[in-house]
Amino acid sequence: MSSHNSALPAFRQSNRSVRFFQHGDRPWQGLIVLISVLVIVLMLGIGGMLWVRSGVSRAAFGWPFLTPTLDANWDPVNNLFDAWPFIYGTLLTSVVAIVVAVPVAGGIAVFLAELCPAWLRTPLTWMVELLAAIPSVVYGLWGIFVFLPQVVTPVGNFLGDTLGKIPAVGALFVGPIPASGASRLAAGLILTIMIIPTIAAVTRDVFLAIPNSQREAAKALGATEWETIWQVLVPYGLSGILGAVILGLGRALGETMAVTMVIGNSIEGSASLLRPGYTMASLIANEFAEAVSSLHTSALVEIGVILFIMTLLLNILARFLVWQVARQTPQEGRA
Amino acid sequence: MSTFAELMQHKRAGRIRARKTANAVMLSLTGLLTAVALVPLFWIIGYVLVRGGKSLNLDFFIHLPTPLGVTGGGVLSAIEGTLVITVLAAVFAIPPGVLAAFYAAHYPNRPLGVALRFSTDVLAGVPSIVIGLFAYSVIVVPMGHYSGLAGGAALAVLMLPTIIRTTEEMLKLVPGTLREASLGLGAPEWKTSLSVLFPAAANGILTGFLLAMARAAGETAPLLMTALGNERFDLGQIVRSGVQGHQSVFQILGRIVNQPVDSLPLTLWKYAQQPYPERVDQSWAVALVLMIFVLLINVVTRVWIQRRARKLKG
Repeated sequence: MSSHNSALPAFRQSNRSVRFFQHGDRPWQGLIVLISVLVIVLMLGIGGMLWVRSGVSRAAFGWPFLTPTLDANWDPVNNLFDAWPFIYGTLLTSVVAIVVAVPVAGGIAVFLAELCPAWLRTPLTWMVELLAAIPSVVYGLWGIFVFLPQVVTPVGNFLGDTLGKIPAVGALFVGPIPASGASRLAAGLILTIMIIPTIAAVTRDVFLAIPNSQREAAKALGATEWETIWQVLVPYGLSGILGAVILGLGRALGETMAVTMVIGNSIEGSASLLRPGYTMASLIANEFAEAVSSLHTSALVEIGVILFIMTLLLNILARFLVWQVARQTPQEGRA
Repeated sequence: MSTFAELMQHKRAGRIRARKTANAVMLSLTGLLTAVALVPLFWIIGYVLVRGGKSLNLDFFIHLPTPLGVTGGGVLSAIEGTLVITVLAAVFAIPPGVLAAFYAAHYPNRPLGVALRFSTDVLAGVPSIVIGLFAYSVIVVPMGHYSGLAGGAALAVLMLPTIIRTTEEMLKLVPGTLREASLGLGAPEWKTSLSVLFPAAANGILTGFLLAMARAAGETAPLLMTALGNERFDLGQIVRSGVQGHQSVFQILGRIVNQPVDSLPLTLWKYAQQPYPERVDQSWAVALVLMIFVLLINVVTRVWIQRRARKLKG
């Protein structure tokens, strides 16, 4: 780009450095390359910095810090730390969120991409996206005072009375749910509401990217609308839909404030959904600013590292899947 | 033989009926699910409007927080703090974000361009609390204290991917002929970028900034370990004492960014957990202000983007 007029004789005779700055393209190129490199360095720096800061904890506890255990410690006074209860809480709440959110978000995506009348499409799409714009703390506040007592507690009691009686699976539904509703179930359901927009938006884009010839072929063979969607479009866009789900999972893992406000923040031994718990993110939010020792701080940072690695891997996987769909699809169908 | 044909026909009719029923049931289910998913949206907006509206008054906007039991307190410190942090975040994130977007838009297939877009995507997925830990490590620890500066930097990292991505998209929407015309007239690449491409895409880019700022203004988690919170933060007082003490503008700005500050979401979080009804009422009022601010920016920018896209497409 920068070499095309450097061959002009007038330029060749002028002072080298003056020419360099008069033309200005090389400094400009240098600047945008430098900034781009800095953005990449920033991404790497986040991981690197947390790795360094968690050194004390990694040296002190090693791998057992992460392993599943029944009698986990989180004792800042005696400097005994285990990450398992928080990893468990994060995974369980995220899985609940995914299990409930995926059918709903899938329904929304199908409705918006395939069925919705044109005049309704834009307003509905916006409303779903606004759901993602509401700040996390507002979800938390609404959760504490409205959603938990009015929805989660009754649902929790019901689940405890029914599923809680079944052996094996029942361990996940051992009640009683606290009267306030603060529990892993509450966190999972709040997360459900928060990740629905993410999954729905990406899945909708996947559906819109599928070429019309697929739909026409299925209909011509006599398939109903639903058979077209379920037997043709869903398999066609499967990797993209999977990408959307993983993207949603990544959001659920890292979500902090709303979860901290509704999960009850307790390290009790129960594995049940209906009991209060803790997630990795909510632990950091609650304790980091008041950490009592350098080992405590370091252990919290190590939990941050786990969170970072989990979301990093999920994001790479999701991007790869979505990108694969975009690559194999002709561009004409895209919105 | 005729009985066999009849039987087959009967079976086929039954199957068709079953398929049609399944079709109707599943299709209506998708519409129903969409409606169900929107229930929380209206529930939250409606409840916050009613509950927050009750405790919102002028004091809320113009007074510092008062001790419990003293009426007439507001959250001025949090409003000012949010302003300081958001402006800082914008200042830190916008220039590098735009420059990186120029690279990403022009050279999407060079190795650095691919790496840049990949990093942007990864950065967008990093949980905000982890970014808070990062900002704590690189700013709070070396400085030795919590500060608005650290809060602004943390939010800047959160804003960066949004800014890069929207700017990149908007630059790509500018017709290639504009760029070629400018280069053909002898303008160098940098001049073409800054005085032709950027203005042509400016409206769309601005909406990207606004959306990113709206997200940042509602963000709490990274502020817990960077800005910390400071109920006595008072911009007016800092500026007044600075002017009286004949301090330079830089000294005054330095004092503003160098101390812990409050922010609206941080205040909401702290108040919501207190057992006092006054505090809870105030947290609803904060939620109302925050929500209106965020939703307003979102709706306005979306309308704007859509009009713009329609115009560019012709």
